[in-house]
Amino acid sequence: MRNLLIFAVASIVMLSAPAGLAAGEVNLYSYRQPFLIEPILAEFTRRTGIEVNVVFARKGMIEKIKSAGANNPADAILTVDIGRLDALREADLLEPVDSAVLNANIPANFRHPDGLWFGLTTRARVALVSKDRVTPGELKTLADLADPKMQGRICMRSGKHVYNIGLIAAVIAHDGEVVAEQWLRGVKRNLARKPQGNDRAQAKGIYEGVCDVALTNHYYLGKMATNEQKPEQKRWANVVRVQFFDQNGRGQHVNISGAGIIKNASNKADAVKLIEFLASDTAQSMYASLNFEYPVKSGVKTHPLVESWGSFKIDTLDLEEIARHRDAASRLVDKVRFDFGS
Amino acid sequence: MSAVIDQFQRGNAAAGLWTAVTLSIGALIAVPLLSVLVIAMGPADGIWAHLLTTVLPVYVSNTLWLMLGVGIGTITIGTSTAWLVTMYRFPGRRVLSWALLLPLAVPSYILAFVITDQLEYAGAVQSSLRAVFGWTSARDYWFPEIRSLGGAIVVMSLVLYPYVYLLARAAFLEQCFALFEVSRSLGRGPFTSFVTVAIPLARPAIAVGVSLALMETLNDFGTIDFFAVATLTGGIFDVWLNMNSTAGAAQLAVVLVTFALVLVVLERVSRRSRRYHSTSSRVQALPDYRLARGWGIASTIWCALPVALGFGLPAAVLCNYAAEFYAVTLEADYFRYVWNSVRLATWAAAVAAALGILLAYGVRLAPRRTIRGLAELATVGYAVPGAVLAVGILVPLGHIDNALDELSRGLFDAPLGLLISGTATGLVVGYVVRFLALSYRTLDASLTRITPSMDGAARTLGCGAGAALRRVHLPLVRPSVITAALLVFVDTMKELPLTLILRPFDFDTLATFVYQYASDELLEESALGALTIVAAGVLPVLLMSQTIAHSRPGHR
Repeated sequence: MRNLLIFAVASIVMLSAPAGLAAGEVNLYSYRQPFLIEPILAEFTRRTGIEVNVVFARKGMIEKIKSAGANNPADAILTVDIGRLDALREADLLEPVDSAVLNANIPANFRHPDGLWFGLTTRARVALVSKDRVTPGELKTLADLADPKMQGRICMRSGKHVYNIGLIAAVIAHDGEVVAEQWLRGVKRNLARKPQGNDRAQAKGIYEGVCDVALTNHYYLGKMATNEQKPEQKRWANVVRVQFFDQNGRGQHVNISGAGIIKNASNKADAVKLIEFLASDTAQSMYASLNFEYPVKSGVKTHPLVESWGSFKIDTLDLEEIARHRDAASRLVDKVRFDFGS
Repeated sequence: MSAVIDQFQRGNAAAGLWTAVTLSIGALIAVPLLSVLVIAMGPADGIWAHLLTTVLPVYVSNTLWLMLGVGIGTITIGTSTAWLVTMYRFPGRRVLSWALLLPLAVPSYILAFVITDQLEYAGAVQSSLRAVFGWTSARDYWFPEIRSLGGAIVVMSLVLYPYVYLLARAAFLEQCFALFEVSRSLGRGPFTSFVTVAIPLARPAIAVGVSLALMETLNDFGTIDFFAVATLTGGIFDVWLNMNSTAGAAQLAVVLVTFALVLVVLERVSRRSRRYHSTSSRVQALPDYRLARGWGIASTIWCALPVALGFGLPAAVLCNYAAEFYAVTLEADYFRYVWNSVRLATWAAAVAAALGILLAYGVRLAPRRTIRGLAELATVGYAVPGAVLAVGILVPLGHIDNALDELSRGLFDAPLGLLISGTATGLVVGYVVRFLALSYRTLDASLTRITPSMDGAARTLGCGAGAALRRVHLPLVRPSVITAALLVFVDTMKELPLTLILRPFDFDTLATFVYQYASDELLEESALGALTIVAAGVLPVLLMSQTIAHSRPGHR
């Protein structure tokens, strides 16, 4: 018994290495995969001498911040869509920031009015369409996805994925739930297969002849088209072209990747510096060149490949409005049994 | 049994201590489950009305089909192979007897990825079919959907059958073969004797193995998400993250727990009114029936198939990827991830095995229904998805840490920060809480096989409860203690959801490193990491097999 106790105590002592609370370090929770942002964070550290410690997870972050209470060690959080940022805001876990740099670099429609969160890049949820099997003009609007002419031709990942929830929420915000439901039922009827896989797998579906139209975030095409290590992805990219939605109407739906400062942050000053850096010319062009995303800061060039797909008209719908309809969107996906396939 | 032990318990001052130990360990594992229950008390904004009219029936039916499929799959593979390698001599038996445990080292999401990779359109199988028949596109022919309920059942059966195999083999080895031979000499065929004598005798062990496999089935998210199968676990995450309702998610988790409770009750019912203590202390050498050549080769194939599919295939594919993409892993802090994983798994295994034996023995000493019931209840947390359990652990840990911090600030003016939940200690606590069920169930099943007259003898000769455990029970169940520790070790190496949430800053394990790629279906880039997880599981699995093989006195 006594041995066991000693063992237990020793165990705790050995593993309780001091948490990274040292001055000059920023602790970051990230919904983004670290390998995507590491070069940018490294550049930040090189310039400022401020170290950035990261925890990457996609679940339980809100609960983790809440349970830590006053001792919360995290300073900032990075997300890949507006939904998580809004959930953090709703849980009252974000600290308002008033930064002249951020206000100047980020257009007002991509940041919270009180500075609770900041969009850093935008990503367009576009259609990749088969060069051979989809004629120009055949698919121009989101509504076309529900048209009978698309029967059995669409590939999509799960309707419950955050990217699709954002898109469906935008449709609800524009057209109301009744119309959105009819639309979603139509899209479901047109699916070539049960929703599955990630965004790249949908483009692969076109290459394999399973479907003609794939719904994906735009940057995946850039990643596939330039993938030297997996040349098969270049072949997938080769058979498709980008189609932006609703260019004669309300414009293309976009979502953001963004950041916010967490309440009780012990190193708020440096965390703000980090977000300011992420919104600077340097980091913004790194986002564009490394990950093919659209920078939010005007004047920063997008990747030449992305540039070649043309400019497009953005749907100016308020991002918070999209976030508000996420719950309804998720319920709609259940209601039409979208993920069970046609 | 209870009557005998009760006698020793009465008037024994130490009995109170044992009850306290048992109850506090039970409480420790029950805490996260209780905190999930507390969260479930919150308002859920009409989520049930919504779920009932839309997807809940599908969640429930998919979950039940999955459990049925995996149950049948693991029992069929696990018991048949265990029986063959224990009783018969056929080509490759010696190697297969340990190789059959290897799939245990493969995380199910990795097998899911690899099998899909091979069987999907661009994979080796369909590519060859197209080449042979001249098809040019997916529209030219029909091929079964891999990302489906069926696919999930196959993958989970392949990685989970070792639980049944492990426990069934141990039980077969401990069986008295005289009974089997009596059955044979009375004219029953080998198969009938297997079904009517050997299986009923091994039933408690098989039931434990299958209940562990099914609890893992219930808590799995990675595989069912990859195969796009809507189960209760998937529903929990949907309600939690998409509908932003922690309370609703916790309520669904409670439904999941009731499924697990039904499992536990079924397992207990299958043991009811039967005691499976060894009645004879005579041990004879195993019979080693030699199989006719055709049957021998058939047995080899039957036993080699699950090893090939559940271990050989993923290991080969990972090796292949690793040879090409090793740089990504090595450029990262690979060796530190290995060190972190191994260190955590070792601690978790040691603590879980130690607490597991104390709990199982405590329950044995106090076989009143309430205490046993509490222990059973506490261990159903194993069926809860790791991420949910993690939140259940975070909440009480946060309270404890903040209270400690306040105390320390008040007394010594020294802030402690998050002493447990902010450090790797929180992870070990999490693993122990999650995997104690594994070690408790293994050890409980093993202790049950020791006849209570042993306790009686030890206590009449003047041993206290603690001394009896140390001098009588521990030596007898030592193989099972080692097995329990190794099971926890292997499972901790693979553990992902709880690790992701509970880990401190800049703290990666092999599993979390692999996940940042695998979460986007980029397994190739992290193949070396995944391969290391598998490889690190091989050694414990070999040790486990050694331990079991030597558990039969006189067995070579």
